[in-house]
Amino acid sequence: MAHDTHDIHRSRAEFEFIKRKRATEMRGQLTSFAMMIFLTLIAFTLVAADFSNYLIVPIILLLAAVQVVLQLYNFMHMSNKGHGMMAFFMFSGIFVAFTIVLTMVTIVWW
Amino acid sequence: MDLNKRYTPQTWPDHPETATLEGKNKFVGFWLLLAAETVTFASLFATYLALKDKGPSGMEFSASGLFELPLVFAMTMILLTSSLTSVYAMYHMKNHNFKAMQAWLGITVLLGLAFLGLEIYEFNHYVHLGFGYTNSAFSSAFYTLVGTHGAHVVFGLSWFIALMLRNAKRGLNMYNAPKFYLAALYWHFIDVVWVFIFTVVYLMGVIG
Repeated sequence: MAHDTHDIHRSRAEFEFIKRKRATEMRGQLTSFAMMIFLTLIAFTLVAADFSNYLIVPIILLLAAVQVVLQLYNFMHMSNKGHGMMAFFMFSGIFVAFTIVLTMVTIVWW
Repeated sequence: MDLNKRYTPQTWPDHPETATLEGKNKFVGFWLLLAAETVTFASLFATYLALKDKGPSGMEFSASGLFELPLVFAMTMILLTSSLTSVYAMYHMKNHNFKAMQAWLGITVLLGLAFLGLEIYEFNHYVHLGFGYTNSAFSSAFYTLVGTHGAHVVFGLSWFIALMLRNAKRGLNMYNAPKFYLAALYWHFIDVVWVFIFTVVYLMGVIG
C-alpha cells in the first residue's frame, strides 16, 4: 500500500542519540540564519552607502546567490542524502531561468 | 495499513516525509514543481528587467524615485525570520512533537500575515501616488512580478492554515507528515524568490 512503512522500534538510548543529533543540526540551521541576516544587512548597507553602481550590482547579486544556496542546501535540506534528483530538477530550472533572463535583457526589447 | 496508525517519538521514522511510497511520490513531484516555478519567476524577472523604467514619454515614475528601502528591509527581515520558524516547525515534526510543530507553524503564519500586510500597504501607497497597474510598461511588469510573489504568499499561508486546522485533532502520522514537510518547502521557496525581488527590484531600483 502507498502508505506502508517499516516499523521502527528504537531503544531509549538510540532515541536520545538521534534527538541530540537533530539538536546539533538545528544549531547549524541557526548559523545559516545568522549568515543570511548578515548578507542581507551588507546588501542594504552597500546601497544606502551610495557606492558606485558598477561595484554594488555585482556584489549584491552575488550576496543574493549565496543566500539562495544557503536556503536550498540547509533550510530545504538539499545537502541531505537522496536529493540528487532534486538537485537535477533545480539546476535544470536555474539553467532555463538564466537563459530566459539573458535573452530578455539582450535580444528582446533591446 | 491504517493511515491513522499512532506513532510515538521512538517509533517515528527518521525521514517521515519520504518513509512511504505516497510521501516519496509527493516529494519528487513537489521539487519538480519548484523547478518549474523557478522558470515562471525567471520569465517575470526577465520581463521586469527589460521593461524597467519604460513607458509613455513624460512618465513621472521611475524605480529610483518610487521605492523606499526601510519598508522593504522590514519585509525582508520578516519573511527571512518566518523561513527560520518553519525550519523550527519541521525540527519538531521530525521529533514527533506535534504541539511544538503547530506552535511554530502558527508563528510562521503570523509573520507571513505581517509581510502580506506590509505589501498591501505598499501597493496601496503606490496606487494613491498614481502608479497604477496600467500606468506604464514598468508598472505592469512590477505589479505582475511582485504581485505573483504576493499571490504565492497568500497560497502558502492558506496551505499552512488548512493543514493546521485539518490535522489539529489528528496528531502527526504517516498521512500528514509529508504534507507538512512540503508546505514548509514551499514557504522556503517563497523566501528564495523574495531574495531576488529585494535585490533585483528594490536595491537595484533605488540605485537607478
